[in-house]
This record gives sequence, C-alpha cells and structure tokens, in this order.
Amino acid sequence: MRYSGFKVITEGLFGNKGWKPAWRDPAPKAEYDAIIIGGGGHGLSTAYYLAKNHGLTNIAVLEKGYLGSGNIGRNTTIVRANYILPGNSEFYSHSMKLWETLETDLNYNVMHSQRGLINLFHSDGQRDAFARRGNSMINQGDDAILLDREGVREHLPYLDFEQTRFPIYGGLYHPRGGTARHDAVAWGYARGADRRGVDLIQNCEVTGIDIENGRVVGVQTTRGAIKAKKVGMVVAGRSSQVAAMAGMRLPIESHVLQAFVTEGLKPVIDHVISFGMGHFYISQSDKGGLVFGGDLDFYSSYAARGNLPMVEHVMEAGMTLMPMIGRAKVLRSWGGIMDMSPDGSPIIDKTHIDGLFVDCGWNYGGFKAVPASGWCMAHLMATGESHPVAARFKLNRFATGHLLDEEGTGSQHNLH
Amino acid sequence: MRITCPLCGPRDRREFYYYGTDDYLNRPATDAAPAAWDDYLHNRDNPAGVTRDLWYHDMGCASWLAVTRNTVTHAILKVEAVAPVKGAAQ
Repeated sequence: MRYSGFKVITEGLFGNKGWKPAWRDPAPKAEYDAIIIGGGGHGLSTAYYLAKNHGLTNIAVLEKGYLGSGNIGRNTTIVRANYILPGNSEFYSHSMKLWETLETDLNYNVMHSQRGLINLFHSDGQRDAFARRGNSMINQGDDAILLDREGVREHLPYLDFEQTRFPIYGGLYHPRGGTARHDAVAWGYARGADRRGVDLIQNCEVTGIDIENGRVVGVQTTRGAIKAKKVGMVVAGRSSQVAAMAGMRLPIESHVLQAFVTEGLKPVIDHVISFGMGHFYISQSDKGGLVFGGDLDFYSSYAARGNLPMVEHVMEAGMTLMPMIGRAKVLRSWGGIMDMSPDGSPIIDKTHIDGLFVDCGWNYGGFKAVPASGWCMAHLMATGESHPVAARFKLNRFATGHLLDEEGTGSQHNLH
Repeated sequence: MRITCPLCGPRDRREFYYYGTDDYLNRPATDAAPAAWDDYLHNRDNPAGVTRDLWYHDMGCASWLAVTRNTVTHAILKVEAVAPVKGAAQ
C-alpha cells in the first residue's frame, strides 16, 4: 500500500477501515542468503539497502524483541553532519544527503525537520576550534556559518546572555542539521524492507553463531536454526554479547547515556542547541516536549537507566543556559545502552570469520548515521568491500593506530 | 549509586572516577607482542552482569579500588583496594 495525502483523506472519509499492517509477520525460513542480527535502525536500514541497492531480497532481520525496541526508540533524534576528521566527515555528509531524500525514498513520513543546529562556544579557544570545524564542514560540501554573539541572539533571544561565568561568544550554525521522528525512521525502513521481500522476524533471539572451517554457516535462535552464508551483527549496545557467540572480543564497552523529556509546551525552541560549557543539548519535539540530554554517566552499564549525579548536571547546565525552561516539568528520563569504542568512532567491517560482518561502535551518535550505516553495511555485505565513505571504520584500526578520535580525548571507552 | 570505600566507608558515586575494566591490572610485558597491547588497551569482555572494574576515589582518600558490581542492576557487590590485589603494597 502506497501512502499519500489522497489515501489519508479517502480513508478518513470511509472510517479508516482500509489500512493494512505496514509489514508482515513471517515465520523464519530454514535458510536465507543473508541474515541481519538486530532489528533496530541500523539493522533495518541495512536490510532495506541490501534489497534496494543490491537486489538481495532473500534475507531476514532477526530481532529478539520488537522492531525498533532499542536505541532507535530511545535517543534525542538529532541529525547533523558536523564532523571534522577525514573518515567521519564524508560518512556523515553522505548520511545527511540520504536523510534529505529519505521520506520520498521510503514513502514514509519520518518528520525530518532541518530546523538548524547551533553549537554554542564560550571562549576564544572554542571559537577557533568551531571555526576550524565549520571550515571542514564547508570543505566537505556541507553548510556551516560562524555566528557571533549578536548572530546567536537573533536566533536564540531567550538564552541567558548576561551571565558572566559561561559567557556566550557565538555559535556554529549548521542550517541543514535538525531532528527526525526516531520511531518513524525504524518503521519506515521496516516497511520499505518488507515491501521488497525482506523477512522481519521479531521475538527471535540469536543464541549462537554457527561457524565451520572459519566460515559462518548460520545462526541458532530461540525459533530454531537458520542457515545463511552471510551474517551481519548490528546490535549496538549488545555487540559484545553477540560477537562472543563467534568467539570474538570487540573493542567496545557499553555505557549508559540518559535523556529527558518535559511535558508538552507551545513552540518555544525552534533549533537544536548545544551548550559548550557543560554538556547539554536540547530541541523541542513536534509534540511539544523539550527533549534534552548530556554526557554519559561514565561507567559501563546495561541498566538502561542512569544515576542522579548526571541528572543533576544536565538540569544545572540547562538552567545555566536558558533559565526560561526552569518551570517546565520533566515527564520522563531514560537511559540507552551505548556501544562505546575507544576512539568514539564506529566500526563497519568484515571479521576474521568469512561471511561474518560487524556494524557497531556508534557511541552516542548512532541515530543520524542510520541511513549511511545501512547503506555502507549493505555495500560491505553484498560486495565484500568497504564502501568508500566508510573505508576508515575498520575493526583493526586500534591495532594499526589509524584512530578516528574526533574529540581528541584519547583511546579510552568512556572518554568520548 | 554508592560505593563503600575500604578506607572511607559508604560514599556517593560523585566522589569516584571510573577508569575501566580490571583488565588494566594485567599490563603486558614491555616486550610483549603488539597484539597483546592492542588487546589490553582496547578489547573488552564487556559483560552484561557481574564485572570488576577500577575506580579512583578522586574526592576521598585517592585510593584505586577494584569494584565488583552488576552492570545490569547497578548493585555493588564488593569493593577492594587495588594495591593488595596487585601485590603492590608488599
């Protein structure tokens, strides 16, 4: 079923009885050409692009819970392409271009909103760093505008410009940055993959990976054994557990990152804003809630919830930056399980086992990468070669020293 | 989350700095193969469940602690000073 404005109107006139489920609920077959472990954003987009770009349709996505039940449904929905390092820059630029045509491509409203992202800076040194970052973004073909204090004030008059401790010197404005409806991204890719024949199998937990003579031959699941010559592990925070089934130990440590949402308010924050003195970022959802977050809790965790010190820090940072939000009530807070790599950059690569691929290490930046991650993982699984924009996301780069340390904070999992 | 420091007693999590897994206690020999160093610095078991990791009592007694805890529940099961664990105190 193709979605359109006309369809919405006619269904509205006739009692909305004609809507069909957006995807099937198939039983697993005995064998597929390829299996994707993980039915989150990255897994679903991998399946979609395997079918669309490479004509591989005899494939399955295996999800232990329901589709989109992990980080794709638990993030702060920010989409941006403001990276500096060769390796990251072209990848996120590619992702941004895919975002810009995603809704037409998927025939699905993911509510992608290029409302503009402003990263504030608060010192001369930070201004220099952001000017350099902006130049890198422009060199990559993306957009960046260095705003001075008055330029920021035009966009964000409600910030506390008068406080002396963390004065606002200006901001790096990235007009094409913005947000998207996180669940809809998973649902759009799921529907798109299903329509091309991909089997999306939910409540199907992978319990083992079958390897014979250094080649992957299939997986064991809670719904029986399934054969496949190609298997992609796309499981974010659970990457270490799934890789352990193949006898691998990954350069990943799982950490908790908290986020918060307030009650619905009238439109008040038009942009995505980040505060450069104390980690804090905020946007307003289409439903009206202020969605905001901060840093990791800084210890490894699978609890999907955090502790109060970081809650306090985030609230303090928010109040320092924009005291006007002080009376908004926080409705919910939650934590996601972040697959932190030692340099803060992802991995999309083959493994030492033939036919076994890994896509992980998204740290806390996986949402904006969903289209390009799937695009590049599909390219890798179909052709056996890294896609040019993801060529530096190697699994062995920590051993070879080819780190992609965007923040320059060092080779330790909790420092990014 | 509170951590019971062997010297200072139960203290708030804010006083401690998390360093990483206790793999850091098994430093390879200086002439070890590069692969051993890569494994030591980067690769992790990263268990969902009981783990033991290193915390520094930054705003307390400045001890390095080996904390056994559950990464799924955040329960702290055991806290030991690292120095005797390492044998460095002798």
